[in-house]
Amino acid sequence: MIQLLGLDPAYAYFASRLNTNMEPGTRNQEPPLSTGEVVHPEWSPLSIHDMTVAYHRQPVLWDIDYDAPPGKLIAIVGPNGAGKSTLIKAALNLIPTISGSVAVFGGEYRKQRGRVGYVPQRSSVDWDFPVNALEAVTMGLYRKIGWFRPVRKRHRQLAMKALVRVGMQDFAMRQISQLSGGQQQRVFLARALAQEADLYLMDEPFAGVDAATERAIVDVLRDLQQAGKTALVVHHDLQTVEEYFDEVILLNLRLVASGPVEEVFTTANLRATYGGKLALLDQVGHRMTMRGER
Amino acid sequence: MFLFLLFLLFFTFPATTFAAESNDIIRVLTLQDYNTRVVLLGTLLLGVTSGIVGTFMLLRRQALIGDVVSHSALPGVAIAFLIGEAVSPGSGRSLHWLLAGAAATGLLAVVCVGIIRRYSVVKPDAALATVLGVFFGFGAVLFKTVQELPTGNQAGLQQFILGSASTMIASDVAIIAKATVVVLVLSLLLFKELAILSFDEDFAAAQGWPTGMLDLGLTGLVVGITVIGLESVGILMVALLITPPTAARFWTDNFARMTLVAAAIGGASATVGCLLSAMVPKLAGGPTIVLSGTAFFILSMLFGTRRGIVHRWLRQAANRSRIGRDDLLRAMYEIIEARLVSSADETVNADGLNISPSLNGGEATVEESALFARQAVQISELLNHRSWSARRVRQVIAAAEREGTIRMDSETGWRLTSSGATTARRAVRNHRLWELYLISHAEIAPSHVDRDADDIEHVLGTEVIEQLEQLLASRVPPAAVPPSPHPL
Repeated sequence: MIQLLGLDPAYAYFASRLNTNMEPGTRNQEPPLSTGEVVHPEWSPLSIHDMTVAYHRQPVLWDIDYDAPPGKLIAIVGPNGAGKSTLIKAALNLIPTISGSVAVFGGEYRKQRGRVGYVPQRSSVDWDFPVNALEAVTMGLYRKIGWFRPVRKRHRQLAMKALVRVGMQDFAMRQISQLSGGQQQRVFLARALAQEADLYLMDEPFAGVDAATERAIVDVLRDLQQAGKTALVVHHDLQTVEEYFDEVILLNLRLVASGPVEEVFTTANLRATYGGKLALLDQVGHRMTMRGER
Repeated sequence: MFLFLLFLLFFTFPATTFAAESNDIIRVLTLQDYNTRVVLLGTLLLGVTSGIVGTFMLLRRQALIGDVVSHSALPGVAIAFLIGEAVSPGSGRSLHWLLAGAAATGLLAVVCVGIIRRYSVVKPDAALATVLGVFFGFGAVLFKTVQELPTGNQAGLQQFILGSASTMIASDVAIIAKATVVVLVLSLLLFKELAILSFDEDFAAAQGWPTGMLDLGLTGLVVGITVIGLESVGILMVALLITPPTAARFWTDNFARMTLVAAAIGGASATVGCLLSAMVPKLAGGPTIVLSGTAFFILSMLFGTRRGIVHRWLRQAANRSRIGRDDLLRAMYEIIEARLVSSADETVNADGLNISPSLNGGEATVEESALFARQAVQISELLNHRSWSARRVRQVIAAAEREGTIRMDSETGWRLTSSGATTARRAVRNHRLWELYLISHAEIAPSHVDRDADDIEHVLGTEVIEQLEQLLASRVPPAAVPPSPHPL
């Protein structure tokens, strides 16, 4: 694939070396460099190996290696354009990757889909769509309902339960266009909850929400953790990382550091993440993106 | 509005001008002709089907794909004709053959749009416009060539541009009926799948739906319907796809109902347009159908029960009168309150504000309501209290009286009723909670908050009020009316 895009394999090697060039001890696991055999541990809800993404105006991600620990709340942190959403979308196979592999609970994502819940960015959809909150949440169950089958009363009851969990039961019949931003975010969260997944990937659920919604989301995250589930959450607010999350992934085109918040969320690592992009990495990434578009 | 009148004119025009031919009109309207019945059934089914497909297409934000398909079908028709004539003269006119050609170039155009979007930096709308222009231009050139052929002129290919519903025959209707059945079955089976695809493609893909296939299926339906409608409606077929669902959106907020309404509007536009063109020989079928669809659209935009303009006006007017009433009741409450406070044994707190706990504290009691309801407020007092014109005061008083929140005391004086006193108390309380919030949390000067609170208090919902109560719990006892933070 790299050759197809006309990128010199030397660049890929260069990229993989860059990644190892960081503070010792912050790296999750050294990739098995020469064996060629990809090992995704079964204990990890989300295991990403050697993933590189360059796609249509999306930021580039270089050689991501990451095994999410089970049962943790994990923040994905990084500056704008660092590739946080791209990481989630690539893990969900929503955008093509150039190289690397992803496993969910040790298996192919394709086969584990039922165990993954996705909360996209609120701004990614047209909220003028003619459905109410309950119908929108019911969409989380569509895959379980299956091809051609209609939505039944018990599905609506399940969706209602999910709405209750985010404190939106009073707005079940409200048009989604008439909900506030925070309420829309809670609808998205409820839709993912209705999926009854074991791993949740959330893209900026805290962006632009009111205090009540923020509390509701945090409560839900705690509940999920209590139930032994894992959540990876793209998060913007550095001040609340320590309060809300157990683990953190620091991302800026490459994985800068990952691990428990108390170990990894250090000034040095934050400076490495936010202190300007690596000029060459960005430049080459841009070239690759342009290639992808041609 | 002007447009609407134009359309009224358009509709009444044939009826008046051709009154002499009223016998013909009656014949058409009572469906005495076999031919009329066939044409009508065909266009009706076509309208219903395109209403349904159009709804999915519109919500998928693919409205212009239909435009591309219908315009790009033209070169296909011409090419099919030319090939057919070359192989064996005469066979080029077979409808199936021509439609197959139309479908082929229509699909090719959609594929081209997809490729341009995928592999180039051209903006999506530019991709659509480019492909449409190229294909349609090519089609126009080919049509010219066809017309210059000896057999070309009688081929009747011209009808693929403007459409001619009246030439529809039973076998055409059979094709349309089959297509209708296919579309109905598919949209019933795939309703939920198309809904999730249209609302949130990424989420659908993450769940594991084959979004690419579903999209392709939807495009296939659009191409199919456009091609089938090409003969009777022409390249304006795209309007029959988009106008009914757009009109339907003014009537409902529910996806399923929107689909039904769009089907009904599509069917109605087709029927009306078809009857009109049957009654007036000079009216071309396709454009007439499209124009009647537009008339339905304008009617929906004006009178739609969800988003219609008239509906919105009425709601705004109701809102304005509610605001007027709230302001009136609040003014009366504050006037009476000032009177009661100055006559009672008042306490003055450190801020120099009047506080009368017995009067304002706790839940509204029957006594408190009665206390307020006993007092009459003079119109002159109201005029002093608020910067209202005498006319405005008369208006809001009349409205409030109709509503039963105030009643007349004398020629110039009015009293709150007990329900009016309760409403007034709530309005005052909301107003002051908001004022206190602005002062304590937004640090706005007390002398400025009245104006701000005036604009906002009417839109505060119960949820916001509850949040205000929580925030101000230390300053305002539950359910109490706090004193005004500024001199009234």
